[in-house]
Amino acid sequence: MVNPISYTPGQDPMQPRPFRVVRAIRETADVVTLELEAQSGPPLAFQPGQFTMLYVFGVGEVPISISGDPHKPARLVQTIRRVGLVTEALCKLGRGDVVGVRGPFGSHWPLEQARGGDVVIVAGGIGLPPLRPAIYHILHQRQDYGRVYLLYGARTPADLLFPEELKRWQHTLAHAPGASPVRVTVDRAEGGWDGAVGVVTSLIPVLPIDPLRTTALMVGPEVMMRFTISELRKRGIPEENLYLSMERNMKCAVGFCGHCQYGPHFICKDGPVLAFPRVRDWITRKEV
Amino acid sequence: MSKAGLEHYLGEHPFFRGMRPKDLAWLAELAEPLALEVGDYLYREGDESKDFYLIQEGLVRLEIHTPGRGELVIQTLGPGEVLGWSVMLPETRKTFDARIFQATRLLAFDAAAVRKHSEEDHHFGYELCKRFSRVIGERLQATRLRLLDLYGQPH
Repeated sequence: MVNPISYTPGQDPMQPRPFRVVRAIRETADVVTLELEAQSGPPLAFQPGQFTMLYVFGVGEVPISISGDPHKPARLVQTIRRVGLVTEALCKLGRGDVVGVRGPFGSHWPLEQARGGDVVIVAGGIGLPPLRPAIYHILHQRQDYGRVYLLYGARTPADLLFPEELKRWQHTLAHAPGASPVRVTVDRAEGGWDGAVGVVTSLIPVLPIDPLRTTALMVGPEVMMRFTISELRKRGIPEENLYLSMERNMKCAVGFCGHCQYGPHFICKDGPVLAFPRVRDWITRKEV
Repeated sequence: MSKAGLEHYLGEHPFFRGMRPKDLAWLAELAEPLALEVGDYLYREGDESKDFYLIQEGLVRLEIHTPGRGELVIQTLGPGEVLGWSVMLPETRKTFDARIFQATRLLAFDAAAVRKHSEEDHHFGYELCKRFSRVIGERLQATRLRLLDLYGQPH
């Protein structure tokens, strides 16, 4: 069970705080990372897996996962894909622009519980940013974990996020010389791509892990996560060790409005990170 | 690797795990180790399906040549994966090129011998068919997932 941490104690969770953009990084054609600093008050401490509500003044507010290093909270890092009006406005921001920030909200990855065992991190598409803080945390305390694997699937090589970090993690996440902890695959490739082609779930059957001592963290399109869970269960990983981050239409982010209700859960408050047994009866139901 | 070592290796491999010891011994006797270098072709489109393969190390690309676009990569297969499920069907031909992308070690199993042995020992043949069916199912599922274009922009 992951204990949800809703928001900074003593702070009105509905009141945005102004943060200034100190750096905007264009990751791909439709993905931008913003580095933000609080204009006043303390930096925003967070747990890996949590999200904030980012408010573009005069346009609107959207939930965005935090993609930065939890050990370096001075700079709030958020990675945004352009999919609608608000995210388009966020992707157009530049150095000096100001946004409103509420949060952090929601539950976090079970990194304490995962200590001492193997960790499999499965990311699909824009699912990598919510997992990056967990990777940073594991890197800070690498000796506390066994074998760690990042399986990352993207649409094309041009859609891969954080390519330089992926190269570094191949060495820094390794548990032993020669290990290959970062396994990247793309759905389609032409020309100069020198990696794997295929779906991310195809990387799971041959993964050298100790299933009963493995915790899996996953983020991606829900269909991808359903098939990922199926493959991980075939490998014998206990259901209670499978964690996924769910995405729904978060509005208030504190469990008042009900927009993100998912069966008996509010994704903003009980999630976004949930153990698979909590969503097992809901994940294949339509229109939930 | 000795024949005994190879039998043990096959018995531990997810594809062959659970087969009878005598089946593993027969397969170990049949297995032909191959080592191929980057750029080598394991087979080409149109070749007769003579073998199936168990990849031990390296990376193999299934490709198809398309005029104006060059080699299109259908899929890559790596260590632990099986290549060449169509060998259970007689007189089939390869529909893609299989090109070595990273230096590869693999075990080749003669298709005609496997088919003949399957006809003579239906238990062996059925066990192998079940295993190839699982591979076919996994490839079909992977293809369907890619057709969904899950990572594309929502419309």
